[in-house]
Amino acid sequence: MVGLMGFAALLATLPLIFVLIHLIRQGASSIDLAFFTRMPRPVGEAGGGMANAITGTLILVSIAASIGLPVGIGAGLYLAEQRGARLATTVRFLSDVLNGMPSIVMGIFAWHFLVRPVGHFSALAGGVALGAMMIPLVTRATEEMVRTVPTALREAALALGYPRWRTSVAIVLRTALPGIVTAALVAVARIAGETAPLLFTAFGNQFWSVSLSQPIASLPHTIYTYAKSPYDDWHRLAWAGALVLIALVLVISILARFVTRSRHGGVGD
Amino acid sequence: MTEVALPAPEPGESSPPEGAATLGGRSAGDIVYRTLTTAFAVAIPVLLGFITFEVVAAAWPALRVFGFGFLTSSVWDPVRNQFGAAPMIYGTIVSSILALVLAAPLALGVAIFLSEFCPRWLRRPLAFFVDLLAAIPSVVYGLWGIFFLLPLLREKVMPFLATTLGLGNTPFFSGPAYGNSMLAAAVILAIMILPYISAVAREVLMAVPRSQREAALAMGATKWEMIRDAVVPYARTGILGGVILGLGRALGETMAVTMLIGNRHEISASLFAPGYTLASVIANEFAEATTVLHTAALMACGAVLLVVTLVVNAIARWLVWSVGREPRS
Repeated sequence: MVGLMGFAALLATLPLIFVLIHLIRQGASSIDLAFFTRMPRPVGEAGGGMANAITGTLILVSIAASIGLPVGIGAGLYLAEQRGARLATTVRFLSDVLNGMPSIVMGIFAWHFLVRPVGHFSALAGGVALGAMMIPLVTRATEEMVRTVPTALREAALALGYPRWRTSVAIVLRTALPGIVTAALVAVARIAGETAPLLFTAFGNQFWSVSLSQPIASLPHTIYTYAKSPYDDWHRLAWAGALVLIALVLVISILARFVTRSRHGGVGD
Repeated sequence: MTEVALPAPEPGESSPPEGAATLGGRSAGDIVYRTLTTAFAVAIPVLLGFITFEVVAAAWPALRVFGFGFLTSSVWDPVRNQFGAAPMIYGTIVSSILALVLAAPLALGVAIFLSEFCPRWLRRPLAFFVDLLAAIPSVVYGLWGIFFLLPLLREKVMPFLATTLGLGNTPFFSGPAYGNSMLAAAVILAIMILPYISAVAREVLMAVPRSQREAALAMGATKWEMIRDAVVPYARTGILGGVILGLGRALGETMAVTMLIGNRHEISASLFAPGYTLASVIANEFAEATTVLHTAALMACGAVLLVVTLVVNAIARWLVWSVGREPRS
């Protein structure tokens, strides 16, 4: 039986290994400085890079973080401090439900809310869709991090005369900050790889654009467009882009594990 | 509640901390803080409601015209403005259930291995490794699927299933092997939901009290019998919750499925045939939807998806919580 379970575990690790191997094999040779700094070339011309897509992803993620982080940290603080209150239980449950919402539904929401009324696609709409996806991730992580802060610390601050709000913000939040920052980075890594919400909000753009009210390219969307295409050169770029994306996501995930590992004594986090 | 209640400062006694205005014992900062955090917390249910409202509003033009027939009709004719979501609903359900069938036993096996048999030094790295599968973006799975999974299926697996195993005679594996198929979508979905099911199963298995395990062993059970008869049944509800959580993820998955399922508006019994899912039809056709009704029909597919995943996720969360995991409330 051990063998059977061990075999299952082995089988489960294979896809990750295969994906990484193929990504590195196909994409590594195409990554150079030109990839990060050049614009896409017309079809059929060699060279070209994904400068607009990378910048676009950075802009979209910034907009998303400016929505997701305040709301997420605020809600997380509330949930951690009002643990048993009925509102807190409801919010926690609904936050998890929001977390499981398909990303394309988030895109539909942003489309109807921000694209249809103004009549054109925009980076702002894409950022809002991504930000809404970020909220439950940051909320849950903040709540867990704040709960690991020992109560003795909070009580000591209160005993020294700090008002409650200052205890929460200056003492508790600051203690939990490394974990929260890490979790925020992980959330950013997750939404940086999302394509579906951007399909009809940010829409993609072959040209250079940093305007919030215009369509904007993004790394995962460009990978999608290039992967579907019949051109070999675009396939090559898609592999390179995918390698960059997954390198970013994996590095952040591994770093996050390292930082939070010492906090959780348990196994198999 | 672990908050320490401070008595209101009596007038004339120790002055409040510098910079703190007081209103009946509570500083203004406290009120602002409380209001802000409560507002942010309430924002979440409000956002959920708002999203539901917006999606249904986007879908309304199509729902008004087609009514319930939208869910049962297979006609998708943009030229004559006739739309029906039945093939997409079928495709979503079949691909997700098939992905569950492939992933759930594997995920459970991984979870049992990690919680019962795995040597301590291997546990954390291996668990982390399996969880990393969840971190890979969907479009990367799709890219990998197009260039490696599809040729593998088309040239090796499908001919194997059809001719060597002789399953080609059954209606489920008949038809030409294009590669792009329900089977390809189900396989990639299985890979994508495996870490979710495995993570939840692992947690609930580890939460089973030692007393249960020790009691089984004391009665003479072997280790495997203990797992099969004492541990897993105890964690059954939580594992089911994890499986349903995986189902919720599979239902909503868009990019990888769009790239692998073949995108054809037809219900077919064969797993080798191309199909369509609710999410992938939106991704695929949105850019080409010129009429208001076409766009609204796509949004209606999204609305159906929203309702289904809402229900499935709520059930999953409720099941997982009811197993005495770390008590949340």
